[in-house]
Amino acid sequence: MIKIEVRYFATLRIDDKKKEALEVQEDTSVDTLLGQIGVNLEDVAILLVNGIRTPPEYILKDGDVVSLFPPVGGG
Amino acid sequence: MYGYNGKILRVNLTDGSWKTEELDLEMAKKFIGGRGLGTKMMMDEVDPKVDPLSPENKLFVVTGPMTGNPVATGGRYMVVTKSPLSNTIASSNSGGKWGAELKFSGWDIIAFEGKSEEPVYLSIDDDKVELLSAADLWGTTVSNTTKKLEEKHADGCKVLAIGPGGENLSHIAAIMNDEDRAAGRSGVGAVMGSKNLKAIVVKGSGKPDVPDQDRIKELNKKQLAKIKENGVTGEGLPTYGTAVLVNILNELGSLPTNNFQEAHFDKAEEISGETLADKYLIKRTACYRCPIGCGRYVKSGDWEGGGPEYETLWSFGSDCGISDMDSIIMANYWCNEMGIDTISAGATIAAAIELYQKGYIKDEELDGLKLEFGNGTDIAEWVKRMGYGQGLGAKMAQGSYRLADGYGVPEFSMTVKKLEMPAYDPRGIMGIGLNYATSNRGGCHVRGYTISPEVLGLPEQLDRFDTKAKPTWVKIFQDLTAAIDSLGVCLFTSFALGADDYAEMYNVIAGTDFTGNDILAIGDRIYNIEKQFNLLAGVTPAEDTLPKRLLNDPIPEGPSEGWVNKLDEMLGEYYKERGWGEDGIPTEAKLKELGL
Repeated sequence: MIKIEVRYFATLRIDDKKKEALEVQEDTSVDTLLGQIGVNLEDVAILLVNGIRTPPEYILKDGDVVSLFPPVGGG
Repeated sequence: MYGYNGKILRVNLTDGSWKTEELDLEMAKKFIGGRGLGTKMMMDEVDPKVDPLSPENKLFVVTGPMTGNPVATGGRYMVVTKSPLSNTIASSNSGGKWGAELKFSGWDIIAFEGKSEEPVYLSIDDDKVELLSAADLWGTTVSNTTKKLEEKHADGCKVLAIGPGGENLSHIAAIMNDEDRAAGRSGVGAVMGSKNLKAIVVKGSGKPDVPDQDRIKELNKKQLAKIKENGVTGEGLPTYGTAVLVNILNELGSLPTNNFQEAHFDKAEEISGETLADKYLIKRTACYRCPIGCGRYVKSGDWEGGGPEYETLWSFGSDCGISDMDSIIMANYWCNEMGIDTISAGATIAAAIELYQKGYIKDEELDGLKLEFGNGTDIAEWVKRMGYGQGLGAKMAQGSYRLADGYGVPEFSMTVKKLEMPAYDPRGIMGIGLNYATSNRGGCHVRGYTISPEVLGLPEQLDRFDTKAKPTWVKIFQDLTAAIDSLGVCLFTSFALGADDYAEMYNVIAGTDFTGNDILAIGDRIYNIEKQFNLLAGVTPAEDTLPKRLLNDPIPEGPSEGWVNKLDEMLGEYYKERGWGEDGIPTEAKLKELGL
């Protein structure tokens, strides 16, 4: 098992849950993680791992921070 | 030609006269309106070397062909003049309801010349135009001025005004309309103040003619659907406003913090769009015919009113190391009341804090106020002192460059061409740095908002650290933005609409026959005439750069740790993309191609 942190933003925050520490199996992809935490990939417009744009196929590593944003913008 | 009233109101403030001029519609087609047409008029009528605060500078208030017309967000206007802050061309855009009302009154453009001996305001009620005494308004805040003029004039009149900031010639003063909407940047409020012009009250009874109601209905149906279906304009901006960007930029490690000394703020959540929505938001607000409604109406303690945008949450927030939302809301409120740009005001306080921390500003200059990263207690008071020109506030009111330069250390000013940069650290986002460096008004994000592709993934995702494709993207975004700013619609529509959509909009309203590429070519023409103005004003390509801190000092920690902006890898390519010489100057061939 590896330890990761998931951060939720904007409309992806359910019941005011801002972040959570999770333990997941090694070789877990972000895509799989999203399934486990009940987030639809199509609702995620910006997917960051440790602050870097990352594709959902990415295999998580111990200590990774996953940040999830819906479509948002501004100026 | 539809889309325009065909009339310019020219006001001579020196002798108090005014006259009507016909708008040259062929010229209008070449520059569209707003930013483009205003700049063309500046170029034709004003010596670019003019002292911006002298009577010889002119101030153009310019609508676009979409302003006041039945299209999404068609309510924008532009203030075009020469900036006292940057000495460049200034064109500051604003929404609200005022711009549309000007169009309803039958005018496209107001051209102000000269300087009034006494404070005055302009009253427009369709063809009835009067310059009236502003003696009892001078020195009052923007909301008080607005309320007094609303009481005095026709029902439903709309008010544009400067506050004490503009009166006292603060180089970062804004022009306000509808109380809390701002033509904010470049110190345009000081130009209005230098002319002793306090306000413009407008009431219009007309509506612009439209050529074909059915085509307009069809256009709106299509474009409103695109705006609604787009995740940003349909959901993100309506729900959270622009403030939602705080957490995104912080997660990327590109949220400038403590005067750009860092790029990650541990307390970002406390100043985020999510916190603003959860704890402060009462309702959202919208400008004329806007289906997005990104404006925030908030409550803080016993006070309620217009809330801070992303840029303001950053400038008074992380850039000053401050996480106290209530203090930021009050600083924003006082910026609106004083008529001061929130970006430049917050960023100047951030620079002042660093200057104090490093021993340049002395204790005796503080007059008992706090100037500390992380301490929001006195930021609203500093804003008031900037507006009223009191003590150290008077120095701060001239912007961070003149403040820092006054202490012999201009490098502490985080500016490009003396205009404070906004809330995206270009060390972690390469293209926006190139845009800042080459923006014709200085450090500005909304001249070419490459945050869209570099951060938000719109219309496609670019690697934010990569430099290769950025010159091409920056040029396209700058050109498209110049056209949008000239049409009189909101830049935020560009999250959902592209060049072809704007061409269609212009064609349906004005009866033109443009393609998306034509729109981009007009944007290119506007960008080049702005550049020409700057060159003639003496602003050379040597100023197409970034503060040394952003080129030399890597981001110290966080997700963008170790990065600096690689401007040197992009600038030459950008000049090539523009068809300019290696020296950054438009070639004769390029100017000829653009008909300049």
